[in-house]
Amino acid sequence: MAIHKNDQFEQRLGVSRRDFLKFCTGMAATIGLSTTDALAMAEAVEGAAKRPVVIWLHGQECTGPTESLLRGEHPTLERLILEMISLDYHQTLDAGAGHDVEHAKDASMAANKGKYLLVIEGSIPTKDGGIYCKIAGKTMLQHTQEAAEHAAAIVAFGSCASWGGVQSTGINPTEAQGAQAVLPGKTVLNLPGCPPNPYNFLATVLHFVTFGKLPELDEQNRPKFAYGRLIHENCERRPHFDAGRFAEEFGDEGHAKGWCLYKLGCKGPETYANCPAVEFNDIGGGTWPVGVGHPCFGCAEEGVGFTKPLFSLADVKTHTPPNEFPLIDQRENATGASTGAAALAGAVGGAVVGAGAMAAKKIGDAENNSSDNQG
Amino acid sequence: MTTRITVDPVTRIEGHLRIDVEVDEGKVTKAWSSGQMWRGIEKILVGRDPREAWLFTQRFCGVCTTVHAIISVRAVENALGMEVPVNAQLVRNIIQTAHAIQDHIVHFYHLSAVDWVDVVSALDADPKKAAQLAESLSDWHLNGPHEMKAVQDRLKAFVSSGQLGPFASGYWGHPAMKLPPEVNLLAVAHYLQALEVQNYANKIVAILGGKSPHIQNLAVGGISNSINMDSQSVLNMERLMMTKGWIDKLDHFVKTTYMTDVPAVGAFYLDWAGYGKGVANYLSVPDCPQDSKGTVFDLPGGYIENGDLSTFKPITSHGDPYFRDGVAESSKHAWYEGDAALHPYYGETEPQYTDFQDEGQYSWVKAPTFYGKRAQVGPLANVFVMVASGHEGTKKYLDGAMGTLRTVAGNPDIPIEALHSTIGRHAARAVRCGVMMDTLKQQWQKLIDNIATGDTDTFNPPVFPKGEVRGFEFHEAPRGALSHWVVIEDGKIKNYQAVVPSTWNSGPRDQNDEIGPYEASLMDNPVADPEKPLEVLRTVHSFDPCIACAIHMVDTEQKEIVKVKAL
Repeated sequence: MAIHKNDQFEQRLGVSRRDFLKFCTGMAATIGLSTTDALAMAEAVEGAAKRPVVIWLHGQECTGPTESLLRGEHPTLERLILEMISLDYHQTLDAGAGHDVEHAKDASMAANKGKYLLVIEGSIPTKDGGIYCKIAGKTMLQHTQEAAEHAAAIVAFGSCASWGGVQSTGINPTEAQGAQAVLPGKTVLNLPGCPPNPYNFLATVLHFVTFGKLPELDEQNRPKFAYGRLIHENCERRPHFDAGRFAEEFGDEGHAKGWCLYKLGCKGPETYANCPAVEFNDIGGGTWPVGVGHPCFGCAEEGVGFTKPLFSLADVKTHTPPNEFPLIDQRENATGASTGAAALAGAVGGAVVGAGAMAAKKIGDAENNSSDNQG
Repeated sequence: MTTRITVDPVTRIEGHLRIDVEVDEGKVTKAWSSGQMWRGIEKILVGRDPREAWLFTQRFCGVCTTVHAIISVRAVENALGMEVPVNAQLVRNIIQTAHAIQDHIVHFYHLSAVDWVDVVSALDADPKKAAQLAESLSDWHLNGPHEMKAVQDRLKAFVSSGQLGPFASGYWGHPAMKLPPEVNLLAVAHYLQALEVQNYANKIVAILGGKSPHIQNLAVGGISNSINMDSQSVLNMERLMMTKGWIDKLDHFVKTTYMTDVPAVGAFYLDWAGYGKGVANYLSVPDCPQDSKGTVFDLPGGYIENGDLSTFKPITSHGDPYFRDGVAESSKHAWYEGDAALHPYYGETEPQYTDFQDEGQYSWVKAPTFYGKRAQVGPLANVFVMVASGHEGTKKYLDGAMGTLRTVAGNPDIPIEALHSTIGRHAARAVRCGVMMDTLKQQWQKLIDNIATGDTDTFNPPVFPKGEVRGFEFHEAPRGALSHWVVIEDGKIKNYQAVVPSTWNSGPRDQNDEIGPYEASLMDNPVADPEKPLEVLRTVHSFDPCIACAIHMVDTEQKEIVKVKAL
């Protein structure tokens, strides 16, 4: 029986069950779930008679989020659309065009009323009745409201769909807004980022497919597994911040040594996202903006990205670094230190540890104030 | 009897495009190209720091990611008259060539192939015969019978699921589909393989750029990647070697597969060498600067009038006055006030939405002209300009593509004039991709050689003077000639304008009511079934439309009056 089941599985998904379980375990780890949850995920996908339907709308956008998904490798875009979901409307990928795709969309939304996942990419212009973005003769505003009415869940993918993005800043010429702002009374899950990390989307979708509900959200409706911490808290250059070692200009000595970019305007201390934990393009090790020596400019954070000047200092939401640390070789039992010296160092160390504990408490407070209470 | 066809949305492109055609006796007699979305990003830039403009302009487009970033820092550098370290030029060149290759691969396989490839027909193919054909054309290692069988099985499982997703609305079985089942299967196999391969190019971009799409390693004056062979945190030998590894893998696919598939598929559609010519004034700009001043380029540029290569006039340097003085934009038929064609430095634009008017205004895209004439930009323009300027690599790959085309088609006489066409634009893109691949390898080697001389400079700090300075720059982007124009006053942006490839090509009628390249190319196109206007899509897709890029505006006076006449 088991063999038969595996065969069916392979035929349907075009991948071995073993590989698939491996994928689910990795994906579960991304969201912070256990191996048991990974098995539940695999069951959910295997057991589904029908792949969940996704309707994807494009508003004022640059197609960055879709391009981002195209770069996903676990799973690939091809696995996603051939084997995991049924992407029934997506203008960048649809084989047909014009009235054919509009008809396909309407038919799918009617047949899957209350069951489809709606994904929004791009902002929605609201000025002058929304005329600044039209598809098939209707405004994006109308398309969004119609598709949202019977959606099982709504995901805003990217900063534009989450809070308006680049075109909503400054004078906001078209009064561009995020999906939540034009859908009062609905819950829109936000995945900001410019472009957003594809794995935050893929993990969210798989969570939805597996458990039939969305992952836990913060007060801005961002999933905690992806936006629960400041970039600053997971940054590989954080020790340089704490030690007061800063690059002052591109190419200077500190910059060439990979020191902290805070003084170049890095917005990591006020931007919530998992960039340093997940990184980009499946390369590993240092492939994210700070890794190539450029300050974070807060693309995911409303009021920071495309708003604050690039080189202005961030509003540090955690603590500032302590002025001094004990020298490591002056601590207790350090080789070569006299008993008296060690005792003195111990006393000084104790005081500094106390300061460290205060700092740790402040981090905890900042997390509670912002979004993370999972630790 | 005349039939009006509206294709809205045009899919498998970037952005929101509406195409209208009138068809009489099975042929297109009138055409309109209309951009349907406007954001006004340049307006937001006014008053901001020119050093951060590139972060905003890169968001013009996530498909043409990198291009609007690199050209923006170049435009500001040009305005300041500053030099850029050679290492920075070379790192930027590596990023832009790798991105161009990714863009061309995705355009052919994932955005336009299903105009020509009948996916459902691949189910009837004999996998062994498909493999034989594939292996006779190239030595790509994933062309064997087991691979073809696996792809077909996967396709069967997908189709039998009954949920066809984005493929449900395809034009399967359309009378204009001509490929045998085996060629269709081969194309489907390469469609899937290319999804993986395009990521090799993205990794090259991301290792240096921090991520893809939307790189974040630029600075006005250079790049943010410090070069230090003795640090684990910046651009060192390990990062450079990793880049090289992906370059070599990418090279293998481009040379054995993409450059073969395009002429091989084209050989079954030779009739499409007779459609889609349109505007034959070709504009292409030089790129890949090699020196700190931007006076020496690896790739030449210039202008050709009316398809006649003997009219070639070169564009030679950053700030070239022949280019600078020739560009203007008209908004007579776009949703802005005013009729006159204005130079980008003096562009005045006031939104004036009227809804779609056949004889009036009908698009958010403006109509650019070069010395008063419409020009086509893109890989086809680039290939003609490169051949006219004597570029050896382009001539070599063009000969190769024409050779494959003739062989697969059974050795008919195919003149070079056949390139002025829908299928010619695809062929030119493959030729250019080969040139880009070789250029990418050369730029990487030059970077290594330059670092070996002891030069690790990556950044010169910009200094903004009091008063007004202005500058512009061009870049031969994947879709053709791109230029950004900036006016800076007391260190702040006073005016910013982008004249984008898809603006040149998708623009509406101009100040003299002349139709633009998309519109002209649709004339006389066949349309077998007005309900299934596949042929219209073929010609429009051959340009690789990118509409979010194409629509911009500048408002120097910060007025915000919008006249809504309809809706």
